[in-house]
Amino acid sequence: MTTTAVRTVAPVSRGRARQYAGLVAAAAVVLALAAVSMFVGVSDVSLPALLAGDPAAVDIFWISRVPRTLAVILAGMSVAVAGLIMQLMARNRFVEPSTVGTVESATLGILVVTVAIPTAPILLRMGVASVFAVIGTALFLAILRRLPTRNTLLIPLVGIMLGGVIAAVTTFFAYRFDLLQTLSNWMIGDFSGVLRGRYELLWIVAALMLVGLLAADRFTVAGMGEDFTTNLGLNYNRTMRLGLVIVSLISAVVVTTVGAVPFLGLVVPNIVSLLFGDNLRRAVPWTAVFGAGFVLVCDILGRTIRYPYEVPVGMVMAVVGAILFLVLILRKRNA
Amino acid sequence: MPETPAPAAPPDPAEVAGKGATRPAASLRNRIRTAPLRLVIGLLAAATVAAVVFFLFSDLKGNVGYVLPRRALKVAAMLLVAVAVGVSTLLFQTVTANRILTPSIMGFDSLYILVQTALVFTVSAAAVTSAPPTLQFGVEVVLMVAFSALLYRWMFTGATRSLHLLLLVGIILGSLFRGFSSLLQRLMEPSEFIILQDLFFASFNNVDPALLGVSAVIIGAVCIPVWRARHTLDVLALGRDLAINVGVDHRRVVMRILLACSLLVAVSTALVGPVTFFGLLVVSLGYQLCRAFNHARLIPIVVLIGAVALVGGQLILERVFGFATALSVVIEFAGGILFLYLLLKGSLK
Repeated sequence: MTTTAVRTVAPVSRGRARQYAGLVAAAAVVLALAAVSMFVGVSDVSLPALLAGDPAAVDIFWISRVPRTLAVILAGMSVAVAGLIMQLMARNRFVEPSTVGTVESATLGILVVTVAIPTAPILLRMGVASVFAVIGTALFLAILRRLPTRNTLLIPLVGIMLGGVIAAVTTFFAYRFDLLQTLSNWMIGDFSGVLRGRYELLWIVAALMLVGLLAADRFTVAGMGEDFTTNLGLNYNRTMRLGLVIVSLISAVVVTTVGAVPFLGLVVPNIVSLLFGDNLRRAVPWTAVFGAGFVLVCDILGRTIRYPYEVPVGMVMAVVGAILFLVLILRKRNA
Repeated sequence: MPETPAPAAPPDPAEVAGKGATRPAASLRNRIRTAPLRLVIGLLAAATVAAVVFFLFSDLKGNVGYVLPRRALKVAAMLLVAVAVGVSTLLFQTVTANRILTPSIMGFDSLYILVQTALVFTVSAAAVTSAPPTLQFGVEVVLMVAFSALLYRWMFTGATRSLHLLLLVGIILGSLFRGFSSLLQRLMEPSEFIILQDLFFASFNNVDPALLGVSAVIIGAVCIPVWRARHTLDVLALGRDLAINVGVDHRRVVMRILLACSLLVAVSTALVGPVTFFGLLVVSLGYQLCRAFNHARLIPIVVLIGAVALVGGQLILERVFGFATALSVVIEFAGGILFLYLLLKGSLK
């Protein structure tokens, strides 16, 4: 940030050029994965058939394959960025919406709407889920502010337990209203139901993510505490609120459209930081690109591992993500 | 269990505390606090008996010959789970010298489910279920103990490990095991999955009598040596270095206790499925009641609290509120909050 401004012009631009080249290459890889993703599936959609204009293939392609791939990319990018924002605000590398109770709160919200107004349109569901997600996340941040130590490992622990308590409440009511099975559908991210007309709300998330990307350094500053932020001339409360709303909305929309995608927001920003250091300007676009790539890989894996059946991406990510998370915390111990 | 001789008659902390209470300045609160532990145990035992009697005989109508044996099975399962969960958590906390850790938070019961799933996945459900339950259970327990021994030896025998790291690793391992089991379950034939599901989601409502018998034998076989080693456990609770100084073969004893924990967790998970926070709740309450660190008192107190909580809780939920199996959810909720509280309180110090 400021250091780059002080440096002489030439190395900066060379560094930038290299970085952009890297990003373009990574984006190309993601696009290639997206192309693969569009041709993986039970019904036969091949490139020659598409080019020959086979109507069945064209229909499947536009109604199912393209929306699914877009949904994967949008969700992957935005959840990863939401994780990054959460980490900046909490100033902790081991938190993300699914480890601080945001996702669990959103799920509780969906449950409440489902019970109160069974015929609620999706926008209302999303709205209520978002409100719950905001409350849950705010609760976590409030606990965080009261913690006297900023122990790196205590913060995610508290978050996970808070999520567990909220999930227990949700299970309790789901059990009472016979919605346990529906609940497990929300809790496991799955793109198999994505069709044209069922994923478009994810574009909202993309817009939110852009806002988050543009404001990312503000969250870093806000993470340093209220006094520090105010000294730099930034409105602390407004910044925290903005971050809170962005993270909560992203989680709520993704949970209502495809279900929870565990560990994504945790693993991707950490890997990016391992590879490129903590330069935020550099990390933000990489986080988005890696997030999309990561979910694409997991989704393709889930679709091929037991072909012709599908394993929901949430399950694949629960295993892959948990292993990567373990590696991350144990690495830190040895460091 | 450990044959390590107990160091010559350690002073009984309960009695030390009891003497303190007779001082004239002792306030009423202190007096209650240090009330003779025998009385506490007696009251708890009475409460347990009352809960069991109520559970068996209240609202007894219809075909008594059908209802009563079913209720009896249920009560027996709950009592066994109370013993298994209470004792395993207490032992685990003693060994790890920590009041927040429990076998289930460290992923023991998810590990058990994973072992079971992997077994069905690799061998086939038919082979697993057609084997006699004892053999099946035996194989599972051996695998589980082997795995957990490796895993927890690696985690617990290092010199200085941060508690928070340990907890976090345990929780993530638990979710990894769960994720891996559900992935394997997705990958197996649906018919096999149904058989598997029956294996571990036996709630208190449909307990298999044969399994109950096997579990009772195993729990008995574990608890007798544990009871005989109660004084060694008091020494272990002083911490690793002190225990070694006093002459306990720390490594060997700890491994044996972890083995006992694995067996107990396996039994309770096989009987009723995973209950993450029940042990934490029961043992925390036990410490509140039994201010002395004395396993001869702690073990019965913890077991009895567990029995009262399970039988009484189930009784209230079933007969008063009219829904049967949500007890574990209530426990999860209360336990989760207690855990958060302990975690925050511990860090505030």
